[in-house]
Amino acid sequence: MADYYEKKDLADFANIGEYSPTLGQKYFDYYGEATNAGALSAREKALIALAVATTQKCPYCIDAYTNQCLSLGVSSEEMMEAVHVGAAMVAGVVLAHSTQMRKIIKKKEM
Amino acid sequence: MDEFNSLIPFKQRAAGPLTASGIEILQINVGYRCNLECRHCHVEAGSSRHELMSKKVMEMCLGVLKENLIPTIDITGGAPEMHPDLPWFLEQCAGLKRRLQVRTNGVILLEKEFAAFIELYARLGVEVVVSFPHLDMKMTDRQRGNGIYNKLIEAIRKLNDRGYGRASSGLILNLVHNPGGAYLPGLQNSLEEHYRRVLQEKFGIVFNNLFCITNMPIGRYLEYLQRTDNYEEYMSALVNAFNPATLANVMCKTTLSVAWDGRLYDCDFNQVLGMPVNSGAPENIAAFKFSRLSSRRIVTGNHCYGCTAGTGSSCRGTLAQSSNQESLGYTV
Repeated sequence: MADYYEKKDLADFANIGEYSPTLGQKYFDYYGEATNAGALSAREKALIALAVATTQKCPYCIDAYTNQCLSLGVSSEEMMEAVHVGAAMVAGVVLAHSTQMRKIIKKKEM
Repeated sequence: MDEFNSLIPFKQRAAGPLTASGIEILQINVGYRCNLECRHCHVEAGSSRHELMSKKVMEMCLGVLKENLIPTIDITGGAPEMHPDLPWFLEQCAGLKRRLQVRTNGVILLEKEFAAFIELYARLGVEVVVSFPHLDMKMTDRQRGNGIYNKLIEAIRKLNDRGYGRASSGLILNLVHNPGGAYLPGLQNSLEEHYRRVLQEKFGIVFNNLFCITNMPIGRYLEYLQRTDNYEEYMSALVNAFNPATLANVMCKTTLSVAWDGRLYDCDFNQVLGMPVNSGAPENIAAFKFSRLSSRRIVTGNHCYGCTAGTGSSCRGTLAQSSNQESLGYTV
C-alpha cells in the first residue's frame, strides 16, 4: 500500500488521458467547463468541490481544493462550514437509509 | 541560489534567454527602511534597515527620466514615505508629466508624521498602490502584524475621503493581494470581484484595481517556506504551473529597477538577490544608456518561476489570461 496515494501523484493527474486520449480530453473539457465560474462563482464551486472531496475521501482532491480555496481567498471558517455541509449530508444519507431498515423491522416484527 | 538547483532550470523551461523590449517603467527603490516587518517581504524591509537612496542618486534618476521618455515612474521601498527627501523627489517626478505611482504599506499614512502624504499624493496625481494581502483579518494580521488589518481599512477610508478609488476623481487607488501562506494566488478577476464586494459591503470602502502577486521564494518568505517544510511543495507548484504565455509580458521586459545605491537590476527580486543587469549593459544609473539597457538580455534564475506560474505575476498583477484553475497546478 506504500505506493498508493503518494502526494506527488497529484501532478500525474494531467496524464489520465494516457491509453485513451480522446476520452481523456473529453473529460478535461467537461471538467474545465463544469468548474469554471459561471452562474456560481469560482469560490462557490471550489467549496462544493472541497465538500465532495472530503465526503469521497479523495486525498488528491482534498489537497487540490484546499489549496484552490486558499488561493481564492476562502477563509478557514468557510472551508470548515463546507466540510460540515458535506458531513451533514453524508449523515443524512445514512439516516435516510434507515427507512429501509425500519420498514423491514416493521414488516418482520410480530 | 543553491535552494533552486534541483529544479528544471528556468532558462530551459523558458526555451532560451529573455530580452528586454524597451524601458516603459523605471522602478525606483528609495530604501529598505519600513515601519512594518511583514513576513512575506522579499526586501526584508524594517525599522533596522538603513539603506537609503542618496539625493545624488535621486538626481541621477531625474536626469535619466528627463532625457528619456520613460512613461512610468514606480516608487517603492521599504516604506517610501520614510525617505526624508521623498516629498521633494515626488514634486520633481510630477513635473516630468509621467505616470507616477508609489507603493505604500498604507498604514504609515495614519501616523501623524506621514499623514500629509495623502494630500501630497492627491495634489500631484500620484497613483497609490497599497498592500492588502487578505480580506480575512487573521490572515492579514499574521502576515503584516497585529492590528494592521483595521489600520488598513482606516487608511483606505482616508484615501477614499480624499477621492482615491472614486470614479469621478481620477485618483487611482490599487490594492495588492498576495497569498498568506505556501500557496499560489487565485485568478485575479475572481479575487478582485470578491475584494470589491466584501470591502464595499463590510466597510463601505472602494478601490480601482486589485493586483495579485505571487510570493517570491526569496528573503523572509523563503525562510518561512524552509522553516515550515513547505519549500519543496511550493516550488513544485510553481514549476508545475509554469505558463509560457506569461513570458511575453513579464515585467522585466519593460521595467528597469534602480536600487537605493543606484545599481540597476532587471527587477526588484534580482535586486534583493544581488543579480544586477549584465551582458554588457551599464550596471549603474550613473552610466545609464537607453539603447543598451532597452534591449539588454535579462538575468534569470529559478526564482523567475514565481513570475511565470499560472496567470503570471508582476508588480501590476496578472500577466496572462486563463479561463480555468488548471493554471494553478492544483487541479484534480
